Amino acid sequence: MALVKRRLQILAGLLAVTAVLVWLATGANRGWTKTSVPVKTLDEVTGIEAIAYRQQFVPGVDFLGAALLGAGVLAGVSLFFRKKTTTNPS
Amino acid sequence: MKTILCILTALVSLATAALAGPQTFDFKDPKGVNNAVFKLDATLESINGSANGISGTIIFDPENPAATKGRIVVVTASLHVPNPMMKEHLHSALWLDVAKYPEIVFETLELKNVKTTGDTTTADVAGKFTVKGVTQTITAPAKLTYLKDKLGQRVPNQKGDLIVIRATFTIKRTDYGINPSAPQDKVADEINLTLSIAGAAPRP
Repeated sequence: MALVKRRLQILAGLLAVTAVLVWLATGANRGWTKTSVPVKTLDEVTGIEAIAYRQQFVPGVDFLGAALLGAGVLAGVSLFFRKKTTTNPS
Repeated sequence: MKTILCILTALVSLATAALAGPQTFDFKDPKGVNNAVFKLDATLESINGSANGISGTIIFDPENPAATKGRIVVVTASLHVPNPMMKEHLHSALWLDVAKYPEIVFETLELKNVKTTGDTTTADVAGKFTVKGVTQTITAPAKLTYLKDKLGQRVPNQKGDLIVIRATFTIKRTDYGINPSAPQDKVADEINLTLSIAGAAPRP
């Protein structure tokens, strides 16, 4: 039981740290998660900025929130696994 | 020699006269630069996106820009936002219902306050704007830039003129039945639209 509890806590910690690192590494987007980003190019003859979208995953606060919530749930579940206490019969 | 010169001058004058007058500009841009950008405030961050499925024609006379008439069409399904869930909602029946209303249309009625300086004309364009089957008469300030003989610079081996139209205006989503029940403290009622389009009038 103690082993399961420890593993759940490690998993929760890893999930939280990984989510924060991924979020920070991709620009700490404080908006919603995006799967594409606009790429603007100038058409020199007309002066119009053309907008195309490049496929790119940009995690937002919803991604971060979901991952931290998941980590919290795992950590919470781990509390149900208690250490076995040995009682002295004498 | 004099006679030949006279004939040549007459031919050039005739050709110039033939080129003057109203021209039809096609907005199906082969380069795909034409776009309509939309923005509305919402919780956490504003909803920003664009549409590039633009077509239509404008009849423009460089000598009489006030007489400009035309119709611009935006394919509703070409509206894109970077968040996939948001895009799904935007295309759904509650928002734009792209399956039932595949086009957003602007049709000019008249140009007011027309001012022309060189190749640039500014005007308040009154027209019928149709979104989700609802037509409203709106007036949008627009800038028209006539680019004579510039088509060849975009499309090789093709002669003709270009016209660039830029317009920025605001509509209310509740006026067009776009998710009217959405609380306005979470999603703004006002949608800012910016149109940047170029049309071509080829010449043989």
